[in-house]
Amino acid sequence: MTDTLLALDGLTKAYPGVIANDGVSFRIAPGEVHALLGENGAGKSTLVKMIYGLVKPDAGRMALRGAPYTPDRPSEARTNGVAMVFQHFSLFEALDVAENIALGMENPPRRRELAASIRQVSHDYGLPLDPARLVGELSAGERQRVEIIRCLLQNPRLLIMDEPTSVLTPQEVEILFATLRKLSSEGTAILYISHKLDEIRALCDAATVLRRGKVVGTCVPRETTAREMAELMVGTTLHTPERRHRENGETLLELRGVSLPAATPFGTNLHALSLKVQAGEVMGIGGVAGNGQDEFLSVLSGESLQEPGRVFVDGVDIGALPPQTRRSLGVLAAPEERLGHAAAPDMTLVENALLTGSVREKLAPHGLVNWAATRAFAARIIEAFDVRTPNADVAARALSGGNLQKFVIGREILQAPRVLVVNQPTWGVDAAAAATIRQALLDLAGQGAAVIVISQDLDELMEIADRFAALNAGRLTDPRATAGLSLDEIGLMMGGAHDMEVAHAAQ
Amino acid sequence: MIRLEKRPTPSQAWTVLTPPVAVLATMVAGGLMFAALGKDPFEAIRTIFYDPLFNDQFAAYSRPQLLVKAGPLILIAIGLSLGFRAGVWNIGAEGQYIVGALCGAGVGLAMYPSGSVLVFPAMVMAGALGGWAWAMIPAILKTRFNTNEILVSLLLVYVAEQLLASAALGLLRNPEGGGFPGSRNFQQWPAAANPELITGTGMHWGVVAAFVAVIGAYALLSRHLLGFQIRLTGAAPRAARFAGVNPTRLVVICLGLSGLLAGMAGLFEVTGPAGQISIDFGSGYGFTAIIVAFLGRLHPVGILLAGLLMALTYIGGELAQFMLGVPAAAIQAFQGMLLFFLLAVDVLSNYRLRFGTREVA
Repeated sequence: MTDTLLALDGLTKAYPGVIANDGVSFRIAPGEVHALLGENGAGKSTLVKMIYGLVKPDAGRMALRGAPYTPDRPSEARTNGVAMVFQHFSLFEALDVAENIALGMENPPRRRELAASIRQVSHDYGLPLDPARLVGELSAGERQRVEIIRCLLQNPRLLIMDEPTSVLTPQEVEILFATLRKLSSEGTAILYISHKLDEIRALCDAATVLRRGKVVGTCVPRETTAREMAELMVGTTLHTPERRHRENGETLLELRGVSLPAATPFGTNLHALSLKVQAGEVMGIGGVAGNGQDEFLSVLSGESLQEPGRVFVDGVDIGALPPQTRRSLGVLAAPEERLGHAAAPDMTLVENALLTGSVREKLAPHGLVNWAATRAFAARIIEAFDVRTPNADVAARALSGGNLQKFVIGREILQAPRVLVVNQPTWGVDAAAAATIRQALLDLAGQGAAVIVISQDLDELMEIADRFAALNAGRLTDPRATAGLSLDEIGLMMGGAHDMEVAHAAQ
Repeated sequence: MIRLEKRPTPSQAWTVLTPPVAVLATMVAGGLMFAALGKDPFEAIRTIFYDPLFNDQFAAYSRPQLLVKAGPLILIAIGLSLGFRAGVWNIGAEGQYIVGALCGAGVGLAMYPSGSVLVFPAMVMAGALGGWAWAMIPAILKTRFNTNEILVSLLLVYVAEQLLASAALGLLRNPEGGGFPGSRNFQQWPAAANPELITGTGMHWGVVAAFVAVIGAYALLSRHLLGFQIRLTGAAPRAARFAGVNPTRLVVICLGLSGLLAGMAGLFEVTGPAGQISIDFGSGYGFTAIIVAFLGRLHPVGILLAGLLMALTYIGGELAQFMLGVPAAAIQAFQGMLLFFLLAVDVLSNYRLRFGTREVA
């Protein structure tokens, strides 16, 4: 690997108040699978946007196959053989696969030829896809396949993939990796962005680690442990959450056949969910995004009401009680969407502390808000969860995602809930803070609360959950003890790989 | 190239500076407009802003008018601002104002010619209830059938105007009025009159109620959980539902309160400055109050100041009309500019301007 496909030299990009990339340099060889590692906000996205022509660097040079490379727009990057699969898909649900692919091409061929080449590419790379199917009917994994095939049809020299596995089941990840390995063996370089270290160790030849916009290290992932890479990313020694030995407690939360029609045309129906969670237990709910996680949380938070006899806490039927009454009973929740759901973006942290804290912390006796007590409560959250903010009077939207997440989770945990439901508790949070949050959830369970963690991060669930169940198209699987549960079994619980194995066998 | 960049936290300085800057910009742009109409811009601006209060010749008449005009504007705008804060758009305060006046006047006239001290309080209560009931129509239609409260409340204004015309010609017509439309004059019936409380100030019970409403709304929004819920619902509806705010209850409360205050404003007007129910009783206060609410940034103290300012431009505008011959449309355009500049400058409290050419990130 002596020749170089893409060379980055001293790339710098500053935004007001933050230097997103500071003198970033590295090289990618043809056929190399190169990982770009870093926490949220480390500058990975800005870097690949510069390579893809979406953002112009303030300083520094890029060279593609030795020639200066300064893409002004993505189409220029594509003509130079650089393609990118984004984390969020840009597909039209009402159009079919071939139409979607044609929309992303500069000069789309005629439909019949395009359909033929889609079939050809999808067969060659083990990514089965019917060009005539509507995108709206496809699973997340299949939609990603549309994006990948759209890129492959342009014969890229460099394929950039931004967090490609966050929406996939383990089986689908295996299929994707097989495709990427085949591409790499044919000489296509892949720039792979992720923070899932095990995946990077399985797939990548080299890794560049970014921290606060700077390259802080490179490594060969196969020869480095996940822990070492994580510590390189974070810059400190990581603390692994400790799980206390747990006695079997009494059943604290029970769902008996909870169903819920979707609130919006794109929502998910819940079908007859039943679940028992004991005091002192951490229940992990996995599943690919959009399989009913938001709806599940709304049933427990009280945003969606149930008919009598469906939801019990301590034997009390809470299914029809409004959110504040549930809070007084100790049933708390922290939704996934921080801005606009868990917190009001334009309100201060003090006001956001009042948002859920008014009942249990008695911040508004007789309806009169005690702002001094509310301010003290906000300060306690900021202190206990190391929320980085100048003071408690800044608007919630001014905080970084991770810091606001710490605030939102801390706000619920500090109210000493008896039942706590959290959705994606560590999403976008740096590794050190994630460890703090996970430890706090475990401690909470240790004090006898029932904790339900909904997450798409399977490693997280394996780390802290006692039992695991998967949400799949609004149905909940039977919970299984996490001890001894294999990744394959989890994948099957999550809905498997949508019959994908066949395609690879055909190769 | 000028770009707008969102501020992480709203600028405190600009929140305070916005209204004065908008007033100044209005004076400049309005002055240009008056100049284009062939009037001396400086004299026109002085006539609108200065003469009503300090001119030797007119001030004695127009100074009390300031409170007379500002009172109902503030009272109605305070009620509207609560709903606007929560994203409940009551556009029909004019209708609630009329129905409040009709109900209050009707209850009063039923007791004519009693001299009891309870007549006036009973009329105030009836006026408030009338405005409240008129606002409950869009509230119930919205919460039951999910209709749009903007349309329903607005259209009910026209219904209220028909009711007003019918009452002035029929039900409430003065039996001793020689067949002319219009009710008895409350000013001439002490038990039901809403007189000037301090001579030469224009202060009447409606102005007192407006000041009480300002203080009450301030306390509600800053100290009470309901005020917090109102602000939360407007700022982040989904977060409000998560926090446990009942949207139905909030719609009913917000529309109810704004209808209540508008109805009271109508009653104070009909028993005071207007004196009687007449066909042209609806004076547009209910619509102008919408501008006042926004001009005051939906903040009680801001609304107090905005109400006074708006009243001033009304009185000064009239003055400019007959002193300088400025057309009435020009005065309306001038008032429109005020709102326009306010909203335009308002952008600066949430965004900062960036000059220079930089690529789009």
